Amino acid sequence: MFRALSAAAVAVMAVAGVAFAAAEAQHPRDGNFSFESPLGGYDMAAVQRGFQVYSQVCSTCHSMDHLAYRHLGERGGPFALYMVRNEETGELEPHVGESAHGGRFVDVTDNPYVRAIAQAVTISDIDPNTGQPVDRPGRISDHFRRPFPNEIAARAANGGGYPPDLSVITAARHGGANYVYSLLTGYTGASEGTLYENHYFPGGRIAMPPPLADGAVPYADGTATTADQYAHDVSTFLQWATDPHMVERKRMGVIVLAFLLVLASLLYLGYKQVWRNESH
Amino acid sequence: MSGPSTYEPKSGFTRWLDKRLPIIRLGYDSFVAYPTPRNLNYWWTFGAMLSLCLIVQIVTGVVLAMHYVPHINLAFSSVQRIDRDVPFGWLIQNIHSVGASMFFLAVYIHMFRGLYYGSYKAPRELLWILGCVIYLLMVGTAFLGYTLPWGQMSFWGATVITNLLGALPVIGESIRNWLMGGFSVDQPTINRFFSLHYLLPFVIAGVVALHVWALHESGQNNPTGVEVKSKADTVPFTPHATMKDLFATTLFIMLFAVFVFYMPDALGHADNYIPANPLQTPPEIVPEWYLLPFYAILRAFDFNIGPIDSKLAGVLAMFAAIGVLFVLPWLDTSKVRSMRYRPAARQFFLVFAVVCFGLGWCGGQNPGNILAKSGDFTATLTWIQGGQVATQPIEAQSAAQWEEAARAAEQGAQGAAMMAVTRSGATTGTLRAVSGGSPQTRTVRAATTDELETEISAVKAEVGSAAPFFTVERYTPFTFTVTRLAQVLTLYYFLFFLIILPLLGLRETPGRVPDTIAKPVGDGQTQGAA
Repeated sequence: MFRALSAAAVAVMAVAGVAFAAAEAQHPRDGNFSFESPLGGYDMAAVQRGFQVYSQVCSTCHSMDHLAYRHLGERGGPFALYMVRNEETGELEPHVGESAHGGRFVDVTDNPYVRAIAQAVTISDIDPNTGQPVDRPGRISDHFRRPFPNEIAARAANGGGYPPDLSVITAARHGGANYVYSLLTGYTGASEGTLYENHYFPGGRIAMPPPLADGAVPYADGTATTADQYAHDVSTFLQWATDPHMVERKRMGVIVLAFLLVLASLLYLGYKQVWRNESH
Repeated sequence: MSGPSTYEPKSGFTRWLDKRLPIIRLGYDSFVAYPTPRNLNYWWTFGAMLSLCLIVQIVTGVVLAMHYVPHINLAFSSVQRIDRDVPFGWLIQNIHSVGASMFFLAVYIHMFRGLYYGSYKAPRELLWILGCVIYLLMVGTAFLGYTLPWGQMSFWGATVITNLLGALPVIGESIRNWLMGGFSVDQPTINRFFSLHYLLPFVIAGVVALHVWALHESGQNNPTGVEVKSKADTVPFTPHATMKDLFATTLFIMLFAVFVFYMPDALGHADNYIPANPLQTPPEIVPEWYLLPFYAILRAFDFNIGPIDSKLAGVLAMFAAIGVLFVLPWLDTSKVRSMRYRPAARQFFLVFAVVCFGLGWCGGQNPGNILAKSGDFTATLTWIQGGQVATQPIEAQSAAQWEEAARAAEQGAQGAAMMAVTRSGATTGTLRAVSGGSPQTRTVRAATTDELETEISAVKAEVGSAAPFFTVERYTPFTFTVTRLAQVLTLYYFLFFLIILPLLGLRETPGRVPDTIAKPVGDGQTQGAA
């Protein structure tokens, strides 16, 4: 005979359907990104492709408020234009993204690529003559177009979930670009209601449906159009968006540290010289 | 200490100036002719680095303030604008945020040096206390500054800290509301935090001037702790100390540069790149690394002490942890300054240093994390497989008579294999009794409570509707959590200052102290490396 136990706390109803355990998020897998090493820069072709993936897929839900179209064409940006003289023909040739040796940077206001990107976007604005709301083509000074006018609209369109702004997403998540890459490729295929199982997401379930599918975005440069490649490229783009001055920063660091090393050596010699006859 | 001034103006202008404003004389006496003990080691170079840190923080801070907007909706964007659009804004912002960490790194080494070599003892008590004031101001300034980017950690850190002050009796709530400028962290808070963050560094600079003044009055301590007795014990500050400080400071700047250029975010928290959201508490709220030891002390108090509740006890302990430094000159009773000649004290000091690191580690961990346990968490589930369930409503006359009514109902269902009462209201409930069927039992084990609950749920899901209900008996082993460790470490922290140092000074047998710093005693070499 079992003792009768009163109180609801101990008499627990047999409720089936325990679902996923709220386990710790899985450690992100390594995307072997070029920018991870101390002196590594960005693969600018990947940043360009990643921007394409963002524009055609992510930007339908995710804003990037802190970026303007002009940032794409500023020094170190994926669509920065450099005029490089061809050694054989003597002609000036445009290089986009990577600055070849001796290339002359073209100011972003004269950059046709960035202008085209901005103009392809429709921006809601106020008509300067009538004061009425108006849609106009984008300008390079515009910030990236927001998919939703406000958070309420974003939640209403996404089953209550709020797609976060992606401007600094790789800095705002532990694991950075590797996390984004793992998350985008980490769907198991299982879902429950409006939530999708993804072990890289804290809690194991995410409101974002699997966003990338093989072949969804056509690439012009012949790169494989797989979901894994898209995820890798867009993670590279988002890392650039978070840290656009990384290349400049790392390059300056080398110069600063080299200078300090020489300075420290000279000061050490000076210090030894000053103290050579002093007991201490 | 400094003796009469040896400055002699050379040119007509300097003679003219010296009669009216002897500022060059002041500089010469303070930083050129100033006699410095000749036996100072590299631990004495951190004062120079700290001066540099203060200047760097003020200069970069003034530039940042030209671009920063103290507004709840614009602050985060304005920091992004500094990083992206302001010429070299990314560099200035990195230097300022990394600079805060470097400042604390240097100040902690400076303080541990003072502790080890007894630099707080007579006649340097005020020098030490001024240093403690600077440290306290630094903590305040750093906290205020961390709030300004208005990320998640900024907002929730500000919320936690201001609420802590609310725990103080009587005045707490007023202080909290005054700090916040309202009843929650909001626009008035960011405005006044910005104002104070701009003000306090100049207060620090003022106290630093007093600190340096006091230093030049009493003279520097040195690794032997023996006072300077003659000119033979000293060298002029310039070029001897100047060159050494410059060299050491350059090494320090190299470390600084490695962080600024290669790991600018390594010392911060990822959540601070998420704009502040008052409706969403982050999974963990942690301060910057340099405040983690105090955070661990705060959280170590998970129990009430008589009339003092745990929150207030934690706050008081946290402040006491800094406060005890102020009275340290009178707690340490030893006549010998330097721990180089106090072998016993040196052991306790080393443990103390480890304890401080340990507290820092605890501060960064989830307080409930289990470090060691006596066994597994286990649970025994019991249920009846395939029995008949009889449901019977229970009605009590009043809420007070509920227990009685429930017991009466149970009495009435004697003979059932297992029964359970579910209370659905103050006076109502149901009794479910199972008869027949076969009793089953199963035991599950797990490493944590969460995992145990998962295991229990799994069993229930597996058995499903074959059992009407379960009884679960949980066994919790003895666990040693991060909080317990923090309690042990906190205890040592206070024991060191309040018991060990006062008693040790009276009871220990110090080693032989040299007569002068220039002529160490015979076995001075074995007492400790220079």
